Order: sequence, then C-alpha cells, then structure tokens
Amino acid sequence: MTTEHEFDAGSNVGEDRAVGAESAGEERTLGQEFRSYALGLTLALALTAASFWVRGTELVYGPSLAVALLVLAVAQMGIHLIFFLHITTDPDNTNNVLALAFGVLIVCLIVFGSLWVMEHLNHNMVSTEEMLRMQR
Amino acid sequence: MSAEAVALSQATGHGAGGPAPKRIIVGYGFWIFLLSDVIMFSSFFAAYAVLFKNTAGGPAAQQLFDLRNTAAETACLLGSTFTCAMAGLAVGERSQKWTQLALLATGLLGVAFISLELREFAGLMARGAGPTRSAFLSSFFTLVGCHGVHVTVGLLWLGTMMAQFYAKGFRQNIRHRFLCFSLFWHALDIIWVAIFSLVYLVGTLPQELLP
Repeated sequence: MTTEHEFDAGSNVGEDRAVGAESAGEERTLGQEFRSYALGLTLALALTAASFWVRGTELVYGPSLAVALLVLAVAQMGIHLIFFLHITTDPDNTNNVLALAFGVLIVCLIVFGSLWVMEHLNHNMVSTEEMLRMQR
Repeated sequence: MSAEAVALSQATGHGAGGPAPKRIIVGYGFWIFLLSDVIMFSSFFAAYAVLFKNTAGGPAAQQLFDLRNTAAETACLLGSTFTCAMAGLAVGERSQKWTQLALLATGLLGVAFISLELREFAGLMARGAGPTRSAFLSSFFTLVGCHGVHVTVGLLWLGTMMAQFYAKGFRQNIRHRFLCFSLFWHALDIIWVAIFSLVYLVGTLPQELLP
C-alpha cells in the first residue's frame, strides 16, 4: 500500500488504524492494544478509588487532603493522556506534546493567575460594612 | 547519529521522512481544538475557585453535594471511555458488529451520566440552590453544566458516527472522523477527572481543611 492513498480523503484504502495508532513498523497486535487499554482502565479506576478513599478516611492528615486530591487528579489525567489519548514520545507525537505543554502553561497561568490576583484584591479591598462606617 | 536521531530523521513529518500521514495531521488539528476547549474550561475552573466562598448567605458546597452520585457519574464516564477505546479497536479490525456494540455501550453510559447529572441539578434547584442563588452556584452550574453540554453534543456526534459506520462502512474519512470523536470523548473524561476531584471532593472538605 503506497502512502499516496493516505492523502486521498474518502478512499477505502490506507492502512491507518483509527486510534491506538503506532508508527509504521511497530504495529501492535489486537491483544496488546486491548491489554494496554485494560491497564489504562485499571490504573484510572485505582486512582479514582484512591481519591474517594482519601476523601473519606481519617488516616490522612487533614490539611494535606486538598493537595493529595490534586496530585491524584493530575496523576489520573496523565494516565488518560498516555493510555487513551496516546500522547507518547513517538516522533509522530512531537507536535502534540509541544501543543500540550503550551496548553498546560496557559491553563496554569489562567487558574493560578486568577487565584493570585483575586486573593490580593480581596486582601486590599475595604469591606462593604467598613466602607459604610467610613462614610458616616 | 544516535539511534534516536536516525529514527527522528526517518519519521514522517520531520523533513527527510516525508509528509506526515493524514491521520497524524487530522489528529493534530483536532488536538489543537481540544486544547483550546481545555483552556476555556480552565477559565471556568478559575471562576469557580475564585467565587467558591461567595455563597451570599446561601448553601455552601459542603451542604449540597452528594458524593455517591459523583462516584456513580465517574463510573459511567470512565466505563464509556473504555468502551469508546474498544470501539476504536473494533474499527481497526473492521468489525461492524463490535463497532456498533461498543459505540452503543458508550452512548448508553453517556446517557446514564447525563441523567445522573440532570437529576442532581434538578435536586439542587428544588432545594433553592439554583444558579441564581449565589455567585458560587452560578460558577458551579456554568462549569459542570458546560461539561454536561459537551457530553450531550458528544452523544449526538456518537449517534451520527454509528449511522455513518453503518451506511458508509470503514472508509478512511469516516475513520478519521471517528478518531476525532474518540479524542473528544477521552478529553471529556479528563475534564471530568478535574471536576470530580476539585469541585466535588476538595469542594466538600470541611471549611477549616480548605487551602
């Protein structure tokens, strides 16, 4: 099969797999792909269960719970990215990884930037009651 | 040259390797869209985090959310992500029967998720905790509702994918559409991981344990 057909939208030929696609030469068998997805599901389920368990247990130091849950969430997002969205170190994936890195940067700027700015605003703002008292 | 450099120079889309296959380009384009969607969600997350304590004397997260419902929703969405991946394998094998079955299972789990979410929203509104109650609830309904709208749109897309596989078979352009759909569906699960962890699990922690 020549690569020519790859560019033929609507063609019936072309040997690409829909998802779970690997670069040519290291084609994986159906069994291997299934096991990879099953592993991804198992890890995601384990991390979800861990999140709900940590939330309910008395064993974890209270003030660390929020950070623990954040770490578990980030870990599970990583599992999803690797096993289901197939973000890998494959050369075919370089552009996807770079775009993801940029996306993560923007997300962090928006979320932590907003929290930081609003925290300072709250800190510096005169409360409504105090404002009324001052006007009296 | 190291083995890695050789592999890189021969890879498609890296100069000497020739142009990347269409599948890679389609996936990349859709990935850019998904990242822009994630950035939109991140601003809703930021709004929720900023407005979390602005309950205007109304109910706070600790009194409102039922974590068993959240766990059930999470199970539905995680299961549907797996069946969507199974549909991808069935498409790779060109099996109409398994493709349709896996997509049907994905759709049913998605419908179950949406039903649970709507039931939760209706329950909140019945208790006087609708989106107009406080800034906190506005941001909650916007964030979680926006994810729900995405899942609903995904379900419509899923239905058209089933019809297209049935009517047109496993043509390349249909497979590429399915590739985009599966990326969309998996990305929605990633958003949900952030929602159930931060909005529900962290959000319902006792006040003194919140950062």
